[in-house]
Amino acid sequence: MAKRIEVSDLNIYYGDFLAVEGVNVSIEPRSITALIGPSGCGKSTFLRSLNRMHEVIPGARVEGKVVMDGQDLYGADTDPVDVRRHIGMVFQRPNPFPTMSIYDNVIAGNRLNGKKMKKAESDDVVERALRGANLWNEVKDRLDRPGSGLSGGQQQRLCIARAIAVGPDVLLMDEPCSALDPISTLAIEDLMTELKDRFTIVIVTHNMQQAARVSESTGFFNLNGVGQPGRLIEFNPTEKIFSNPDQKATEDYISGRFG
Amino acid sequence: MSTSTQSPTRVAEEPGGAIRRNRRLPRYAPLGLYVAGIALGAVLSALTGFSIALTAVYGAVLGTLAVYTGARAVEGRRKATDRLVTALVTTAFAIAMVPLVSLVYTVLDKGLARFDAQFFTNSMFRVVGEGGGAYHAVLGTVVITAVTAVISVPIGLLTAIYLVEYGTGRLKKAITFFVDVMTGIPSIVAGLFAFALFTLLFGNDVRLGLMGSAALAVLMIPVVVRSCEEVLKLVPNELREASYALGVPKWRTIVKVVLPTAVAGLGTGITLAVARVIGETAPLLITVGLVTGTNLNPFDGRMATLPVFAYYQLTQPGTDTQAFLDRAWTAALVLIILVMVLNVVARLISRFFAPKTGR
Amino acid sequence: MTATKTPTERPPAQRVVRRAGDRLFAGSAKGSGIFILVVLAGVAAFLIGEAIPALTAPAEDVPGGEGLSGYIAPLVLGTLLGAVLALLVATPLAVGIALFVTYYAPRRIAAGLGYAIDLLAAIPSVVYGFWGLAVLAPALVPFHVWAADHLGWLPLFAGPASTSGRTMLTVGLVLAVMILPIISAIAREVFSQAPALHREAALALGATRWEMIKMAVLPYGKSGVIAGAMLGLGRALGETMAVAIVLSGGAGATLNLISSSNPSTIASNIALRFPEATGLGINTLIASGLVLFVITLAVNMLARWIVNRRADFSGAN
Ligand SMILES: Nc1ncnc2c1ncn2[C@@H]1O[C@H](COP(=O)(O)OP(=O)(O)OP(=O)(O)O)[C@@H](O)[C@H]1O
Ligand SMILES: [Mg+2]
Repeated sequence: MAKRIEVSDLNIYYGDFLAVEGVNVSIEPRSITALIGPSGCGKSTFLRSLNRMHEVIPGARVEGKVVMDGQDLYGADTDPVDVRRHIGMVFQRPNPFPTMSIYDNVIAGNRLNGKKMKKAESDDVVERALRGANLWNEVKDRLDRPGSGLSGGQQQRLCIARAIAVGPDVLLMDEPCSALDPISTLAIEDLMTELKDRFTIVIVTHNMQQAARVSESTGFFNLNGVGQPGRLIEFNPTEKIFSNPDQKATEDYISGRFG
Repeated sequence: MSTSTQSPTRVAEEPGGAIRRNRRLPRYAPLGLYVAGIALGAVLSALTGFSIALTAVYGAVLGTLAVYTGARAVEGRRKATDRLVTALVTTAFAIAMVPLVSLVYTVLDKGLARFDAQFFTNSMFRVVGEGGGAYHAVLGTVVITAVTAVISVPIGLLTAIYLVEYGTGRLKKAITFFVDVMTGIPSIVAGLFAFALFTLLFGNDVRLGLMGSAALAVLMIPVVVRSCEEVLKLVPNELREASYALGVPKWRTIVKVVLPTAVAGLGTGITLAVARVIGETAPLLITVGLVTGTNLNPFDGRMATLPVFAYYQLTQPGTDTQAFLDRAWTAALVLIILVMVLNVVARLISRFFAPKTGR
Repeated sequence: MTATKTPTERPPAQRVVRRAGDRLFAGSAKGSGIFILVVLAGVAAFLIGEAIPALTAPAEDVPGGEGLSGYIAPLVLGTLLGAVLALLVATPLAVGIALFVTYYAPRRIAAGLGYAIDLLAAIPSVVYGFWGLAVLAPALVPFHVWAADHLGWLPLFAGPASTSGRTMLTVGLVLAVMILPIISAIAREVFSQAPALHREAALALGATRWEMIKMAVLPYGKSGVIAGAMLGLGRALGETMAVAIVLSGGAGATLNLISSSNPSTIASNIALRFPEATGLGINTLIASGLVLFVITLAVNMLARWIVNRRADFSGAN
């Protein structure tokens, strides 16, 4: 299940533009890793390069190595589609498939891949995923209604259910709460804490309290100026980052003396 | 635009201070002036033998003049110009409605004479005078249009998918440009192309339903590409990313997420593309010809189609001229009905297949 | 495990594993696109191939006996005459219609009125031919007589007036009706996209509605209208059936719009002659079609160029 990700000397490009440079980090299994930093420093870019979503953008590419439990994700014979099945992703804005019911949304990862399932089996997958996402009680009576008919927070949990229904080892979340109200945010934070027993979780957030509340380790990204590549400035246990960071820049950012 | 810069200054020139009370024409004055203009117009046209058309023309001109002068005297030059333009613009629209109404009225008026069961159940086989029908032509049109759609929809849709989902660089630019260019090919030229192609393959005297379909496909493909491309572009990228992130390959994402999301728009676009080619005459005239009997095999010889049928009934009437003209107009009526039905179907598709948001 | 490659080798994105399904699907999509280019090239190639015999034949063998250019020149004149007439009539009307629908008609019915205009575009051209022959031509006969009497000093109206009304003038008006929806659709689109900020600024300065349109809408929509007019012109140049039915053509080159002897147009001439043509006659007609193809191609490319240049600035997408 949950797996360790080792990143070494990772450079990430959009065409000729070097967006993120020289990242070395080891992301622990069964824990939550938070990524923080000012806007535009490459957090999303880095996150998307972990499950090869980055290269979906025309011209985008990476150099360096990302290894998950011994397997080189960018190896010559690694199928990016396979990588994404093992490393799921939740986006900033909830994006359920508008043509599908709640049920179909959850089972989408299996169905879209043409996997044949018995009704009982898929029922089971859907229920477990929805329970896992703390959504089951709210939607169990209307599984056949459109997924886009849910509230924003429910939609986001639906997207989490959809991601975990595929059975990934790692969950990447890019500002999953930024479009949500405080109540829904708390619901999702609780959910993350539950999920970390089973998954490696990496979350990008602009909310310091959130990072402090949920994560075990925190990475701080920064960039020197416009047009410069972003860098991972500091990566440490969350407690240390928020109380006694190694770097001056980290301390400035956290105490709000910055950007 | 020299005047455009003047207008604001002119506004400023008007006496400042308190807001002036608007001097305006009474609310119903323009209407009254137009009615008076039309009445006068009726009298004028009666001088040269009364006609509704002349009355309308005189009425519009006189009414507009009266309103303009009235406004000029009461409201000032700028307001008067504004009223004049309003009148002109409205007239432009009214003028455009005249042919539409006249055309629909004429086709209904003349076409209803033979709009009967016989028209839809009989062919022209061994008919030289009255009677007969366009059974063979209606079916021929359906067959040829269906074959055209079978050729055009996959090619057009796949090309649109290429342009939106895969295309990069020069090839994409070239295809986009030439698809645009292709929309402008005259239909007769498309017919000549199909003719030249099939002559090369099968010799000089070949006439096939398939030739007609090939010609129509040249006209239909670019329309399908353009409309499908527009629709596919509207599918939010987030949905594609959501699918990729679930480990779904790109082609399955397109087939199972992008296309279903866009299905309403695609259906509408394709239906309108069919409507566009179903009335094409010229290319069929030179590739498919016309027969009096029923031939539904597009791979074997000449076929009858509704537009060509209508054309020949009108232009080459036999001895019983009226019977031929009646059939011609009925065929035109059926053609219009077909096109309108397709337009309505297109709208219904976009209404009923649109993704349900539920919120 | 350890990569055998040095880090400076190919960037990773270029050694992507692609699945068979993906390759197949992407390949067929790309293939379709290329197929379209091939078809277009084919249109040109086949037309040229079939036109060559007419190009190389001795002048007296070409129908009409005056060589290929002698055969095609009057047709080109007729084609241009009808299309330009249509354009001159349709463009101002279309601008008026577009303004009416976008800025004058009550909001609630504006969409419906726009749809009514679009219906004009849906009517098959053969039906326009019917209408032109049965309604418009006879209705215009009095005007023909009047024009011959009062405007006869203009070469365009030299007369004698046709008694059937099946003249270049009538054809031009039928074509104008047919291209009206094309031009007005594009004009409507660009007018409605005129920046609201400018429009409101104009109104806030106390401009009347017309002054607002003159200041903020027309300058913005100008190139769109021009492009629409070019597209309409392209359509009018290539229109076949309506002309073939309405026009009593076949006479030599003349600018006279109202007499009963008119030059034919390329497209209608093909439609009328092709079914009975044989041998070199077919090649000649195809050669004339090639000329039409080139003319419309040039017009359409120009139109697209204008449209695209505008799109670069409008900030759409
Ligand atoms: N699709 C793209 N094409 C080109 N450049 C991009 C693209 N997406 C992002 N960038 C650039 O890459 C850099 C990093 O962007 P990224 O979205 O990763 O920042 P971020 O840290 O996630 O910011 P935020 O906190 O605002 O989400 C920025 O300079 C951005 O302009
Ligand atoms: Mg981001």
